[in-house]
Amino acid sequence: MSMEFLVATGVGMVTATGIYLMLRGRSFPVVLGLSLFGYAVNVFIFLMGRLWTNASPILVGEGPVADPLPQALVLTAIVIGFATTGFVVELALRSRHESGSDHVDGHEPGGPRA
Amino acid sequence: MTGGLTSFWLQHAPVLSVVLPMLTAVVLLLIGDQGGMAGQGGAHDDAPLRWRRRISLASAMLGLLMAAGLVQHAATGELLVYRLGEWPAPFGIVMVVDRLSALMVLLTYLVALPVLWYAAGGWDCHGRYFHAVFQFQLMGLAGAFLTGDLFNLFVSFEVLLIASYVLLVHGQGRERFRVGVHYVVLNLVASGLFLIGLSLIYAATGTLNMADVAQRLAQLQGDQLVFARTAALVLLVVFGLKAAMLPLYFWLPGTYAAASAPVAALFAIMTKVGVYSIVRVHWQLFGTEAGGAALAVADWLLPLALTTSVLGVLGALAAHSMGRLVSYLTVSSVGTILAGVGLFTPQALSAALYYTLHSTIVIAALFLLVELIAAQRGEAADNLQPAHAVREPVLLGVMMLFGAASAAGLPPLPGFLGKLMVLQSSSGLPAQAWVWSVVLAVGFLTIVGLARAGVIVFWHVQPATHAGAGGSSPRLLAPVWGFMALTLVLAVMASPVKRYTDASAVQLSTRADYVRAVLGSDAPGRPTTRDYDGRRAAPAQEKQP
Repeated sequence: MSMEFLVATGVGMVTATGIYLMLRGRSFPVVLGLSLFGYAVNVFIFLMGRLWTNASPILVGEGPVADPLPQALVLTAIVIGFATTGFVVELALRSRHESGSDHVDGHEPGGPRA
Repeated sequence: MTGGLTSFWLQHAPVLSVVLPMLTAVVLLLIGDQGGMAGQGGAHDDAPLRWRRRISLASAMLGLLMAAGLVQHAATGELLVYRLGEWPAPFGIVMVVDRLSALMVLLTYLVALPVLWYAAGGWDCHGRYFHAVFQFQLMGLAGAFLTGDLFNLFVSFEVLLIASYVLLVHGQGRERFRVGVHYVVLNLVASGLFLIGLSLIYAATGTLNMADVAQRLAQLQGDQLVFARTAALVLLVVFGLKAAMLPLYFWLPGTYAAASAPVAALFAIMTKVGVYSIVRVHWQLFGTEAGGAALAVADWLLPLALTTSVLGVLGALAAHSMGRLVSYLTVSSVGTILAGVGLFTPQALSAALYYTLHSTIVIAALFLLVELIAAQRGEAADNLQPAHAVREPVLLGVMMLFGAASAAGLPPLPGFLGKLMVLQSSSGLPAQAWVWSVVLAVGFLTIVGLARAGVIVFWHVQPATHAGAGGSSPRLLAPVWGFMALTLVLAVMASPVKRYTDASAVQLSTRADYVRAVLGSDAPGRPTTRDYDGRRAAPAQEKQP
């Protein structure tokens, strides 16, 4: 029970932090928020295979084995998440270069739009 | 020889539709792309560019033929199931061609080929690797439509999204990068939610194979049912964002209006990916036969769809540029389609599918047409403000009139038929009054919005201050004419097309056949996987996850 509570709270905390950062106005916190949200999602996928204690992660000898499929799903999600994060960093840099502001709206709040 | 080729094709058709654009894209990447803006060293007509165009167009044409073949085969009612690597379902990845998937792949290519032709008229040299990314986009679209596995649907979504991120900023410019960041961030969040929805489905059913999920949803009880229903709602948010459904459409008008014309026209199919996923997941898997999880989103889908339709058309009335006007019409048409889906009857779904075909083609045509008109209006471009007259008022005016009448749904164009089918299919249902009033009012307001745009652009003219641009090149006009001819074909062939969409809807609602085709003839009712408890199965139960 306590294990479930601990993990669920942890995922919740990371998600909340990620969402808070994503709602910020500068592109760097937004990217950080996306990464944190991605981590929370990855752990969540992992948890949906249920929590296993004292079980081997892959098929070895005797004894119980943790559900292997979520591990494969998480691996795919991590790869895709890494690539898209790389892309969004590059895009944010380029947008900063084009507009002269790292604000996600492309101009400083209250500043001129053009 | 041809016999062998046909049987080879039939055996591998589903995967070939994904592999062809992928290989084409790889070849195009290997050829390389020096890019070069027009007039900056890289000429419009250098030899490698011509080759890139040829390869890309030839591949799209081949893809169109293959998609037509898929539809022809699917029309027989037989499901084409492809098990990658011969891993038995539900343990390996399967691709399934049913009537709906085949139709959507065909629609993709019907939109992509003219758009590619249009882009080959000059847009493709305003940046690098346009053709390669375009092919990756086609690969993602085909994969999303053909896969029979929910996780693979996610992967295909990512492929098509990454391609769309690059296509969106094609041509560059400050505005494109600004909306590009918004678009990418929104879609990354949606991808995260997609994964959450998928893992909830996995938690509830222990599988992600669509046929297996369909089978096991009906047997769920208690906590697992809560997981499944939650998953359905989370996935509705994800697909609603892609389809631009209220309250998740606010990103679309700015994004599509900022994209270059051929990209915006291609993106007309992107909202339909969201619609397709809603049909596949919420209509088919969480359909009426899904036991306790049945119709998990029915309370939400229809009201949201109707409101989307109304707000979309109001946005069109208020739009200050033609690009935004057409973008809002996209939103509005998605609302009408989803209303048909949200009625959850096969007749209504069939009507919605017919309307999908029509609206995708018309929207794509309008996006291209807007650019042709804007090119002749000098600095005013596509803004709805008085400017000097276009060079070819009759030609462009007639095209605009045709597109507008078709989008608004005036008889005898297919938009009218599609809306009539939606109205007919809702008669007798509790929501009839709502559907009728919304669809009719939206049709009327669409006419008003487009008439307003037409009046300002073609009649509210100022004397030209300079000679103005030349006429539209026939090469750019051809794709728009092609789209318009397609909508006419859709009207003339309404009867066979409607029979096909009717059969698609019926096929989607008979899940036993689907399960049998994917999992084997003795599958319905037989559990394929058990709840995972970490122990090995006894030798008698061979199947282990």
